[in-house]
Parts: sequence; C-alpha cells; structure tokens
Amino acid sequence: MKTSRDVILDAVRANAPRIAIPLPPVPNFDRDEPSLLARFRVGFELLGGTFVDYVPGTDLNGKVAELFPEAKVVCSAVPEVHGTKNLQDIKLPAELDDVDVAVVRPAFAVAETGSIWLSEAELGVIALGYLAQHLVALLDPADIVPNLHHAYKDSRFMTAKYAVLMTGPSATADIEGVLVRGAQGIRSLKLIPAPRGTQTRQNV
Amino acid sequence: MTRLDHAEAASRFIASEKHEAFHDARLWDLRKKRDREAYAIPEWEQLRQLASDIKEHTLTHLADYLEEFERNAVKNGVKVHWARDAAEHNQIVYEILAAVEAKTLVKSKSMLTEECDMRPFLERRGIEVIETDLGERIQQLDNEPPSHIVVPAVHKLRGDVSAVFARTLGTEPGNEDVSYLAESQRRTTRPYFLRADAGMTGANFAIAETGGFVVCTNEGNADLSASLPKLHIASIGIEKLIPKVEHLGVFIRLLSRSALGSPITQYTSHFRAPRQGAELHIVLVDHGRSERLGMDDFWYSLKCIRCGACMNTCPVYRRSGGLSYGATYSGPIGVIIDPTFDIRKYSNLPFASTLNGSCTNVCPVKINIHDQIYKWRRVIAERNQLPFVKKATMKAAGKLFGNPKLYRAALAATETALEDLPRFAIYNWFNPWGRQREVPRPPVKTFRQWYIENRGKR
Repeated sequence: MKTSRDVILDAVRANAPRIAIPLPPVPNFDRDEPSLLARFRVGFELLGGTFVDYVPGTDLNGKVAELFPEAKVVCSAVPEVHGTKNLQDIKLPAELDDVDVAVVRPAFAVAETGSIWLSEAELGVIALGYLAQHLVALLDPADIVPNLHHAYKDSRFMTAKYAVLMTGPSATADIEGVLVRGAQGIRSLKLIPAPRGTQTRQNV
Repeated sequence: MTRLDHAEAASRFIASEKHEAFHDARLWDLRKKRDREAYAIPEWEQLRQLASDIKEHTLTHLADYLEEFERNAVKNGVKVHWARDAAEHNQIVYEILAAVEAKTLVKSKSMLTEECDMRPFLERRGIEVIETDLGERIQQLDNEPPSHIVVPAVHKLRGDVSAVFARTLGTEPGNEDVSYLAESQRRTTRPYFLRADAGMTGANFAIAETGGFVVCTNEGNADLSASLPKLHIASIGIEKLIPKVEHLGVFIRLLSRSALGSPITQYTSHFRAPRQGAELHIVLVDHGRSERLGMDDFWYSLKCIRCGACMNTCPVYRRSGGLSYGATYSGPIGVIIDPTFDIRKYSNLPFASTLNGSCTNVCPVKINIHDQIYKWRRVIAERNQLPFVKKATMKAAGKLFGNPKLYRAALAATETALEDLPRFAIYNWFNPWGRQREVPRPPVKTFRQWYIENRGKR
C-alpha cells in the first residue's frame, strides 16, 4: 500500500500546473539611510519598545536597577549584568516564571522594522524571552543591518534551532482593536544601546 | 450537506447595528493602516510581484520542494508526518500526544487545525486543548469558530467579551475594561503554559532550504506554546512552502503590513530543530490542496499567505461578518477556497461579492481573487448549483439582454412600473437586493430615448 506521503507527492506531481515560472532573484532594496540606529529606533518605538539613554562604558547593572527599582528576580544572559537568578541552574523552562527582568544581547538588529534577533544562544533558555515580565536588550549599534533582506542573508538562520525577530513587547488588539501591551509574554521591552566589550566584569 | 445561506446569516449579523457599524469601521481602519505602510515602501509593487512569482514557482515545483523540506527537517532531528486529509491529520496529532501520554495541549492560532476541526476530536479523546491567542481564546470560550483569520473575535464588542469571560473565566460581571479583560486572559492562560504536556503551532512559511518554519504572532503565544512543553507539534499545509530563507525577506515585509498595517509582527519566530531535550514534530497536510493545484483557474488561491487584507477591504465582508460565511475561511479568499471543499454547501458564497476588485488590488501575492469569484459563479451555474430564484431571474435577464427589442420594451414597462407599482410589488422575495436598500428612482428617459432626441437626426 502506498504511504500517505507518496499519495500526496504523486498527486502534487500529477496536478502541478505545467508552466515554467523561474525563481526570481531577490534584490536588497538598499536605500540611503543616514543613521541605521535612528531608523531602528523609529521602528522599535512604533511597536512599543522603549529606547533607553545610555552613555557607553557606564555601569549597566546600575542602569538596569534604575529602570526597575522594584524588580526582585533578575535573570541575565549577558556578562555585563549580574542577575539574582542563575540561568545555568535552570533545569525546566517553567522555573523562569518568577523572573521580573531578563537581560539579553541580540546578535543583531534590523533597522527597517526595529527588530532584534535572538536565538537559543542569546537567550540561554528560550523561554527567558517570554516568561520574564520585562526584557532588557543590550544592542551594539554596530550590529544593525538595514532591512529584512540583509537580515535573512545572515548565516545564523541556517544554524540556530530557534530564532526570533522580536519587535516590541507582547501585544494584542483583539478586543475592539484596543492596543494592550503585555498580552502574554513580556510587558515591556527596553533597549540599551551598549556596544559590545566596553565593559567587563571587573569594572562593573 | 445543505446549502449555506450567506444572505440569511448576514442579516442576523446586520440586525445589531452597533456590531455592524463597529465591524465595518474597525476593518476599514486596518485597510487604511495597510495603505499607509504600503505607500511608505517605494518597492511595494515589486515586492508583490516577487512574492507572486516565488509562490507560483514553488507551487509548480511543489513535490520537489516538499521532499527537500522533509530531508532537511529530518536532518535537523524533526519527525515529519504526512496527512492526506483532516481525519488523518487529527489521528496523527492524537497519536503523537498519546505516545507521551499528553493530557494538556497549549496551542497558537492555526487556520489549518480549524479546517481539520481538530479541537473537538482531541477533546473527545480526553485531551484538554487551550487556545492561547486572545481572540482565538475568546472564540473557544464562546464556542464559536474564528470569524476572521487574523483577528478571530473582531465581530465581538467589549461587552460581549466581558460576558463570555464572566461566564467562563469568572471575571467581574459588567467589567468591560479592555486591559482588565486582556489581563484576565493572561492570568488564566499562564498556568496552562507552565504545566502543558505539549504545545502546538501552525506555520506561516515553511522553508525547503532549512527544513524550518516561521510563525508570526503579536502576543508571543506561539513561542510560549513551543518553548515550555517538551513536545512541539506544528501542523503545516503543503502550500506553505517557500524555497529559501532569503525569500522570507519578501514575505515578512509584506505579511503584517498587509494584515494589520504594522511593519512586522512583534514576534517573527523561526523554528528549525527541537531544543535540547525536547521533541519537534511536523505534520504536512494536504486536505484538498493537491486537488486544488490541478484546477486550471483556481490553483492560484494556493499562493495565499493568510493576511486577511482581502477581508478587511471587502464591503460585503465588512458588513456581513465572518461567521455568515459558515466556513473556516470567510471573505473574498474564503469565497474562492470554500467551494473547493464542498461546491454544493458553499455554492452561495461566490455571490457574496460586488466584484469590485479591491481584494485583488490589496492581495500581497497578487491572487486574481475577483476573477476567480466570477469564474466560480460560472462553474456553479454550469454544475446546476444555482438556487431557483437566482436561476430563474438570470435566465429571464439573459433572454432580455440578448434581444434589443425585447429589452427596450421591458425597460419602458419597468420604468412605468417602478413609478406606479406599490412597494410590495418591488420589495419582495424576488428582489433580495431591495431588502436592505431602496431601488433608485428611474430616470426621466432612457439613454436611447435621449440619444434619438439629441443625436439621432445627425
């Protein structure tokens, strides 16, 4: 007996229209963008993200504490910020349910849409980006690509088990079109423009 | 299967003026936001053409891309299943769940699982299924199907949601504050995320080159559904394939702009391989798609990326509500897809259109929706699926329009009649058009009379 797989593939082969339609090349659609960071900020804020003023090299732990004075549980996936909860100790993702603030560093960001790119490598535990009440992202302005066409040429899409283009906090407008931030996942997404490697554990 | 009466169902929706007016305005607002985004991108039309070409190329080489997708997914450690139809899909999903004794399933929105009517199938077998998208959850709790493919509860007002939540989630009766209602859903859904045995998502795109797939949400509920339980099942229609990762650039730029008028969804999530210690299963579903691929005029509907732009712009959809279509897919795209599932049941739907072509103009993958609607009308007439009144009037009209003398005589008689006839003779069962509308006053003279008087002698 033929398997369902073969039944489907045979039917698809038999029925596919006999028309030669070549696969078109996809241009990058580059345009003059004086500042990728400025363009990124517009998109990021449009979808509800908060841009944080930051002087490069200054204390990031202090910055996070200043942003969330009430936070009890902080879980950090970056060396620049110490958390109160150690990501390495997590056995089950659900253990992250009590996290107030999570700190991550996106691998890169997209100016056109204001999105940050996170995979299991940047999140440590994927659920960290969703169970935490608030997420802080440290972004090196040098890591911003112009648009989605550039983003999708990044080879990490080929190797990451999971990758998200995250743009702003969780949101919904499912009731009468009224925008509510913090529908299911993070209630806020804050972005600190902090270059990589300007701060080490010693000078924190 | 009985024939669905769209006009009758729509009249029930229209009966509540508040609902109809809000629905119309809300969806038109989405259309305006879509325009704003589209106009801000100089290459918009080029993107639409690219999207259409990529989809047509993929669909004409679909078997090869499906095989490539499967090969790569298996290499990634994913278990791939194939389902010919809804019944097989549901059975496969049940068996995957049963194998790990899963009792609770959290899922994000998937039109495919709606198509397969999966929820009741699993529930009958003792599996609790929790829809986690807010709109979809509202619909689940109210025991209604989604009325729109992107905003499932758009036909409800806050008072309706408040009543549903008070009844099912125990929220404060009469509290219609939207933030409170949304927060109540968050609070009551989170425990399910934390303890669910399995998570389920659909997919917006499946990429042959990587064997991975993409899910777009604004709530992040797909990510929660997939990243907490040890088991993730993704149901994917075989038409969701695209060849390469770089093609996502085109589709992601188009999708949310067309759907909601935002540059991108808050979460564009790419799943390629199971995370450490977890299982990832993909069910590739045909359910009529391979057959549709063989329909000369109608295979283009398989290009659809389910953005809902055609629904938001459609004057008939906006004023009749998605539930009036009585099918998984409503609005213009539903009108051309639903008859492929059951031509008799859905033979009325292609007539739920003014053929204004707006759907075709906003479609991000350039499906010739209004042409297909027209072609479905022909198919339905040829297969003798027209209801009697429509058939009788069409036949009479055909005779009239085919014979100039008869036409002129009838026209003169009609004009006199419209002036003199009592209302019941005009607004009756034979004239459904006049049910919600006034027949315009006839002109003083016909164009022909005017022409003969003014130009005829030259």
